This record gives sequence, structure tokens and C-alpha cells, in this order.
Amino acid sequence: MSLFGKLSIEAIPYHEPIIMVTLAVVAVVGLIVAAMVTKHKKWGVLWHDWITSIDHKRLGVMYIILALIMLMRGFADAIMMRTQLAMATSGAAGYLPPEHYDQIFTAHGVIMIIFMAMPFMIGLMNIILPLQIGARDVAFPFLNNLSFWLTAGGAILINLSLAFGEFAKTGWVAYPPLSELSFSPGVGVDYYIWALQISGLGTLLTAVNFLVTVFKMRAPGMTLMKMPIFTWTCTWANILVAASFPILTAVLAMLTLDRYMDFHFFTNEAGGNAMMYINLFWAWGHPEVYILILPAFGIFSEIISTFTGKRLFGYKSMVYASGAISILGFIVWLHHFFTMGSSANVNAFFGVMTMVIAVPTGVKLFNWLFTMYRGRLRITVPVLWTLGFMVTFTVGGMTGVLLAIPGADYVLHNSLFLIAHFHNTIIGGAVFGYLAGFAYWFPKVMGYKLDERWGKASFWCWLVGFFVAFMPLYVLGFLGMTRRLNHTNTPEWNIWLYIACIGAFIIMFGIVFQVVQLVVSYKNREQLQDTTGDPWNGHTLEWSTDSPPQYYNFAKTPVVDDIDAWTEMKEQGQAYQKPAHYQPIHMPKNTPAGVLISASLTVFCFAMIWHIWWLAAVGFVSAIAVFIKRCYTSDVDYYVQVDEIEQIESAHLSRALQEG
Amino acid sequence: MSAITPATLHALEDAHEHADHDTGSNTVFGFWLYLMTDCLLFASFFATYAVLYMNTAGGVSGKDIFELGFVAVETAALLLSSITFGFAMIAANKQKKSQTLSWLAVTFAFGAVFIGMEMYEFHHLIVHGHGPQHSAFLTSFFSLVGLHGMHVTAGLIWMTVMMIEVTRRGLKPQTVTRLSCLSLFWHFLDIVWICVFTVVYLMGAM
Amino acid sequence: MNKRSVVNYAFASLGLMLTGCSGGILDPKGQIGMDEKSLIIIATVLMLLVVVPVIILTLYFAWKYRDGRDHEIYAPKWAHSNKIEAVVWTIPIVIIIVLGVITWRSTQSLDPYKPLEGKGEHLTVQVVSLNWKWLFIYPEQGIATVNELVFPANVPVEYKITSESTMNSFFIPQLGSQIYSMAGMETQLHLIANEPGTFKGFSANYSGAGFTGMKFDAIATKDKASFDNWVADVKANGEALTAGRYTKLAEPSEYHPVEYFGSVEQGLFHTIVMKYMQGHGEMSYYAKPEHAAHPHHGKAEE
Repeated sequence: MSLFGKLSIEAIPYHEPIIMVTLAVVAVVGLIVAAMVTKHKKWGVLWHDWITSIDHKRLGVMYIILALIMLMRGFADAIMMRTQLAMATSGAAGYLPPEHYDQIFTAHGVIMIIFMAMPFMIGLMNIILPLQIGARDVAFPFLNNLSFWLTAGGAILINLSLAFGEFAKTGWVAYPPLSELSFSPGVGVDYYIWALQISGLGTLLTAVNFLVTVFKMRAPGMTLMKMPIFTWTCTWANILVAASFPILTAVLAMLTLDRYMDFHFFTNEAGGNAMMYINLFWAWGHPEVYILILPAFGIFSEIISTFTGKRLFGYKSMVYASGAISILGFIVWLHHFFTMGSSANVNAFFGVMTMVIAVPTGVKLFNWLFTMYRGRLRITVPVLWTLGFMVTFTVGGMTGVLLAIPGADYVLHNSLFLIAHFHNTIIGGAVFGYLAGFAYWFPKVMGYKLDERWGKASFWCWLVGFFVAFMPLYVLGFLGMTRRLNHTNTPEWNIWLYIACIGAFIIMFGIVFQVVQLVVSYKNREQLQDTTGDPWNGHTLEWSTDSPPQYYNFAKTPVVDDIDAWTEMKEQGQAYQKPAHYQPIHMPKNTPAGVLISASLTVFCFAMIWHIWWLAAVGFVSAIAVFIKRCYTSDVDYYVQVDEIEQIESAHLSRALQEG
Repeated sequence: MSAITPATLHALEDAHEHADHDTGSNTVFGFWLYLMTDCLLFASFFATYAVLYMNTAGGVSGKDIFELGFVAVETAALLLSSITFGFAMIAANKQKKSQTLSWLAVTFAFGAVFIGMEMYEFHHLIVHGHGPQHSAFLTSFFSLVGLHGMHVTAGLIWMTVMMIEVTRRGLKPQTVTRLSCLSLFWHFLDIVWICVFTVVYLMGAM
Repeated sequence: MNKRSVVNYAFASLGLMLTGCSGGILDPKGQIGMDEKSLIIIATVLMLLVVVPVIILTLYFAWKYRDGRDHEIYAPKWAHSNKIEAVVWTIPIVIIIVLGVITWRSTQSLDPYKPLEGKGEHLTVQVVSLNWKWLFIYPEQGIATVNELVFPANVPVEYKITSESTMNSFFIPQLGSQIYSMAGMETQLHLIANEPGTFKGFSANYSGAGFTGMKFDAIATKDKASFDNWVADVKANGEALTAGRYTKLAEPSEYHPVEYFGSVEQGLFHTIVMKYMQGHGEMSYYAKPEHAAHPHHGKAEE
């Protein structure tokens, strides 16, 4: 065993022009960013105010930046796949050979779910949830920073696989025996395992952190049934994370043992049982989709209620429906493999349970409808996303119920119909939700609104692009096209593959317009400025703070006695009131421990992937050492003094009242 | 980790105190939640064991390799360590430093005996050709029991760190909170072991 | 391709789609597939009963209650109505109950493990997925083929399926259901072709680099006699599939050509299943549900 394990100069794919060009572009962009930071002398700011920050709002922003970067990466994969399939028709080979194409579809799935959707959701939750419950931060701010860097560590690993070695060629589910050493001897599956493992740890810690925050740190008077609906849906999602991610950790650990130490959990040989992996994987994987969608439901609820200027219809129903979805989400995993040969009764049971989920989901849709009823709906960008979601998601839900009928699934399973279905729910549900939340809360975080025209242009491209890209996939599913094909030789399919490719490019314009929107909004930030902290006439406590919120969130902890706490304060004339006196605020200090621990663990994972045992040991021990050192650091907090609070609050109130 | 709960906030506002906050209840609740997730990790390994324990690939089964007497001693050591940790916590809550330290030392000793015996058992099996590479049954057995053993080992390291902390800093609220977490962890591992003993050893040897 | 022809083509394809002459699952040529097609259509129509009104209501409410139409009633505090709540819970529940009943019944009747009733004697074919090709063994005829499956129309076929390596899914869309193939296990599927023809078959579960090429033709001959002729032909001209030949065949290959074997080593399929089954101990654990994707226990073929 050499000093660098399996890692050698041959691991860098020189012969792959696509990868080398990508790497060159990444390197150039990286250098430009670094040069800009140096030129503006911002390294200190970057380190002290961001990288080491334990402020939930800044961490949220960093999560969302990570999500947007990963969206670009994942989308580049999507465009490559769609163009490959549009070119490789009628027997043509296309431009992506299987060994490359298979990595792309695996990476696309992993990146979009684990490194785009999850960080986006967690980012929004980070920023908004503590504000909505009137808390000054989360329960464990340092842990929050650590969670972010663990997620980022996973993202770094998966992107390192571009430059060193390869990524998994197994599909994002990495079913054994294909993902076992005998069929996947390369490092690809190891990248998959460790990237998921490290980011999964981050996600799990986040869930624990936010559950404690919600259960222990609500503002006085905020009973559970007075929590804002977004906080509720995030809480259900966090319960699901806490209950499902350990299963992923376990199943990946087992696969690791199989691959590294010749164990026999899922091998063909010596009595291993691959079906166990498939069961455990989906026991995590199915709740995972509800983890993604529930917070999005919360976002839509907030938006609809804010922009109709009405209370949310059927708040209690919404809370219970979310709970029902969470619980049912745990007993439907088998519908991912009706075709594995379970008995008719087992299949029928899981099929019916799956359909039952359509009930609370349907109730939610009706409740949004009746929230609009007798309202004054302002058609803004967040509302467009919401309406787009309601139409799109209804279709996705319908195809989902269809797939839940085992008899239908026997012919639709693994077909492009399935692909169309889950993109229909994940894009039309989760992604639309996050983008709606992004537009809705952007002024809160940045202090200025986003440009409406570019926002609308982007929305229409996404919506139209979505339908153009994915409706053909439904058709192709009916025509009998299965997923993960590298090329096709069936002329009847060609037209649909061409249309789907066009759709992907329309979505690309949606993404480009979003970037333009950010640039334009930044340029016009003076005109778009939000001085009140409450640009949309919101209902919940986050709108009672300045935009961007003071770093301590609330000078005085609000007292709550309504679901729409901020609306009530406005109606009672308690809004924008200066309290008689302020108290010093106890605040945690920033710390580099999180990023150092995560860096050590990322090194550990990278070393494990390449079998560089000494480096793995170094990484692991250093992570533990930093953690213990952090536990015995006493200089972790400070007090914000009254005169500073006085100054900040007066400035905010005078600005807000001037406007109001 | 420091944070503000409404309760401490009120205390602060009422008393104008700038003393150390005890955010202990948050920490203990958070740690308890973590233990629940850990419980699911174990549950996954238990489920896998239940599926794979028949798959001996023509090799040994539980009946052939489990020595109940040996495991009973091991179990007794761990159960006793749980009791002695209980005494340590009573002492800690009474702010009795040296008593706390001695009970922790006893607990550590029992824990070390448990780990020592488990390592002996593993070593014994491996040299007799019953290592985890030989069948799915052995794979799942070594993994489940080993996972528990790794937890106990982590607990022992943590206990060492805590003993140093108590020695140097005494029993400040933060230290007691940490001891409470470790105590939860230790009792939790005890409960898991009872399940392991029952499901793996007792049912396996029968 | 110019713009007009693309448009024409699109319409033509759409037309084909709707009339069902597409070669996919909406153009079934076997009883199972036909039942599954009507199941899909019934379920879709049922769901459209809710889906269409919801979509229309969404757009209508958004338009009717948009800001600026001050003549509409504005009720900002109205947030609860037992009547509406009752209705919005009831409608989905009713639809799901109906669908649930349909699901339960159809799952029983379309159970892939269930022999087809009233269609006469089944022909048995043993299916082995290899990296990356399909091996079909005809135990009653004593022949085997690679990447070509032949059976008579109107005769039900019982497939016993296993894998030599990775997991695949045995699927002939126009005939109906698919089932996974897994090493060390035997899964089952029963299908019939209602008319002669050549149908596409392939693996519907990704299994590695050569997956795309894992296709075969499923040929339904017009009657039993022509099938027998074909068998005789293979017997006369095919080589022997011995254990050694099988090992060679099992080596990974992509786009494997069609091959015919005039004779097959006794119990080859059983040997393939048992190779990875030995690990599964006494197997009383698997023996219970008569068809959980069970490993093959004890019941040898020949």
C-alpha cells in the first residue's frame, strides 16, 4: 500500500475533454472570486462574519448559496442528459459513453436531492424559523454552524469526484449488488457513501437543533397551536429527519463494511441479502421526499395567506394534515418496489396506504383554495410560484396515486412515467416552494425586494419549461421507455425526446433570468429598498424585525397570543412601539470550531475513499480534538449593551415609522 | 454552547444578572433527542440481524459460538456500571466532587471490563475462523454487537474527559449538565445491551 | 427536419398515442397488459373528477379574488368553516375509498405469481439475467436461447426468473407486468400473448454499463405447431449449453447476439439459483409466504 493509497496521478481524468473543460471553468471562476475578495480586502470579513458565523440568518444565507451553486451543477448534468438522449436516437451513440453518462445521472439525483433541495429547505428554515417563533437564535448555535459545514463538506466531496477518480455509476439509489465491490470496484460508490454520510450527519444535527429550538424557545404565549404554519411544517419535517436519517446512516455503514472489510450484508455470496438494503434505503428515502415537500407546503401557506391579506383557512386541518402525511410517509416505502415479488396482500396494503396520503394532501390544496376565497390576492412573484405549484402539483399527485396502484405500477415502474412523476412533485412542489420562499423572504434577508419583471419572466420559463420537458416523459413512459437508457433505437420516441430537450433549455432560461434578476435587483437596491421590515404586510413575527433583521433578532422578546402574531400587534397598535427600557442581550460568539471539525472530517472521508489510512486517522483524531477543545473554551459569549441596542432600535423604528 | 431560553431571558430581565446561564434543560433535551435517533440506528442493525441471522452460509450459527456464561458476566459488568453511574450522579447533584470521581472511576472500570471481554470474544471467534467475513450471520452479529461496543468505547473516552473536567473545574452547572448527558448515554447503552443480550445471545443460543 | 414536419410528426405521434397504436403499454397484446391498461384508464378518469375541478377552481379563485376587484366581498378574518372542512375531507376520502377497493381487487387479480386461469396448460420458461443479456431456458423442451424469447400465442407462459449477477427487471411492455430478477432467488411472472407478433423486451432496472443493450425480442408464434417447429429447429442446430459454456456465457458482454442452444445441462437453472442460495441457511424463515420473493427452497425442477 503506497503512501497515497489508491490515489495516483492516473486518477485525474485528463482524457475526458468535458470534465477537463468543466474543471478549467471552475478553476477560473474560483480564481476570479478569490481575486475579487482579495482586491476588496474581504478575506477578514469572509472569515469572521460568515465562515465562522453562528448567526442562524447568515448560516441560512450560506445554505441557500450552496443550494444555488449545486442547482447549477445538477442542472448542468440534466442538460447533458437531455441533449445526450435527444442526440442518441435511432441507434446513434450520442456524445456521452455509458461510463460517463451513468455517473451523470447518479450525480444529478444525489446533487439535486441531497445538495440542492435539502440545503435550500434547511437554509430557509434557518433564516425564518427562529424569527417566526420570536427566538434570538437556535438552541445550539455552534452546532448549527457545524451542521452547515458538514453539508458543505459532503458537497465538496461529490465535486472532488469530478477531478479525482469518478463518481458512482449505480443510479442515486446505489442498489447492491451493483454497488458492491465485485460490480463497482472503483471509488465512485465510495464517494457516494461518504458524501451522503457526512452531509447526513449535518442534517441530523440540524433536525435535533431545530426540534429543541421549537419545543423550548418559543416566545411567551406561543402555544404549539399558535405556531406559524411554516414553523409547523418544518417541525414535522425535522421529526421525519430525526426518524429517518439514522436508517440511511445505518444502511450506508453496512454497505461500507461490505465494500471495505468484505462483510456480507448485501452481497450475492455468503448469504447476503440485497433486498434488505432496498427496504432500508426506502425506509429513509420515502420520508425524505416528505422532508422536502412539507416545508414547501408551509411556504405556500404563508404566501397565500399573506398575499390574500387573510388568515390561513383551516389552520388546524393544515397542522393535522401535515402530521398525517409525516406518519403515513413511514409506512409506504414498499411502493418503490412492488415488482420485487411481494405477495398480493403486501403490495395491496402498501398501495392503499400510499393513496391514503392523497387525502391530507388534497385537504391542503382545498385549504389553500379557500384561503384565496374572499381575499384580495396580490399577484406577485411568490404568488405566481404558488399558483403554478397548485396546478402542477395536482397533476403530479394524480400520477403518484396512479403509480401507487400495484397493477399499474407493474407496467409503469422504472419507466419515464415515474421520472416525470417525481420531477412533477419535486420541481412542481418542493423547488417551486423554495423559489417562492426565496422571493418572499428575500427582502427580509437582504433589505431590498427582488425585481418583479425578471422574477415573472423566470417563473414563466420554469413553468412552461417544466411542462415541455416532463409531459413528453409521461408519454414516453406509456410508450414503454425505461429509465437510465444511454441511447435509444425506437423512432417513435424521437419526437418526445426532442421536445423534452427543448423543455430543459426553457428551464435553463428560467435559471438565467433568476441570475439576471439578482443582478438587476442588486443594482436597483435603492429603489427596491424595504425600510419597514414588513414589505408585504405580513402576518408573522419575522416581519416585525428590521430588514435585514438585527443580529440579535428581537431587542425585546415578543409576547404572542395569536397565530398571526404580527398582524395582531399591528391591529392593536403595538407594532413599532419602543419599550420603556432595554436589557443587555446575551449572545454567542462566532467560532472557527465548526469549519475546522468539518474540514477534518472531509479530509477523513476523502482519505477513506482513497484508502489513505494514515490521513484518515489524522483527520478523525483532529476532528475529535477540535471538538474537545471547543467544549473547554470558556470565551464563547458576550453581552450586547443597552446603548448599542438603543441606537440600533431607534434607527429601525424611525425608518419604519417614516415609511408607515 | 450557549443560547437563550425564554426562561433564562426572564431571569435575566428580572434580576439584571450577568452570571453564567445554565441552558442545561435544552442540552439534555437535545441530547435525549439525539439518543432517540441513535436508537433508530440500532433498530436498523437489529432489523438486519433479524433478517440475516439464518444465513450462515453453511458455517456456524449462534448455537455453535455463543457462550452464555461468558456473556452473562459481561452483561453483569455493564448492568453494575449503570448502577454505579447512578451513584455518581447522586453525588454530583449533591456537589460531592471526590465521591463523584470515585463512582465514575468504578463505572469506568466496569465499562472497561465489558469492553475487554467483548474484545476477547471477538478475537476468539476470529482466530477460530468465525470472523465477520464468513457469512451474513457473522457479518450482522459482529456489526450489531460491535456497534454497541463502539458506543461503549466512546462512552469510556467521554468519561475520561469528564473525570478530568470534574477534577479541574469541580461540579459547575455546565459540568453537571454534561454528566447528565453522559449518564443518559450510559443508561441508554445498557438498555440496548439488554436487547442485544436477549435477541442475539439468549434467542440465538436456544 | 423542418418546422412543419416536426409539427406534423408531433400531431401524428399524439394521434398514435391516443388511438393506442404505439407499441407501448397502451397498446397491449396480452390479457394482463389489457387489464392493466383499463385499470390505468379507470383510475385516471376517477382522479380527473377531482383534479380538473381543483385546477379550474385554483385559476378561477385567483382571478376572481385578485387585488383591485373591490366589489368582491373581503373577509380577512374568515378562516374556519366546519361545512367546508367536512366537504374538503370527505371528497378525497370518498375517491380514495373507491380507488382503494379497485386497488385491492386488481392487485389480487393481477398478482404476477398467479397462474392465468382458464387459459390451459402453462409453458414454463426459466429466465436468467446475466451481465448484460438474457438467457431463456425451456426446461420442458430442453433448449435455451439468449436474447430471444419464443412462445406460442394464446398459451400462458410461466416465467421463473433469477439473476446471475446484478438485479434486473424482466419486462415485455406489450404483454404486461414486470418482475425483478435477483441472484439467489426465484421470482415468478405469468403472461400471455393474445395474438402472434414480435414484442420488445428488455431489462427495466439499471444494472451497469451494458444495461442499455440488454434487449430481446419476444416472439409469439401463431400457433403451437410453429412453436414446435422452432423448437425442433433449435434442437437440430444449436450447440450444447454445458456448465462450462454457461460460465463463458456469464462473462460480461454488451449487445450480445442472439444465440441458440440445442440442449441444456440438467438442472442448470436450479444450480444458478442455488449457487447464491446456499448462504441462506435453513430457510424456514423464507418458506412461509408462498411467494415473498423467496429463494428457491428445495423444489428442484427436473
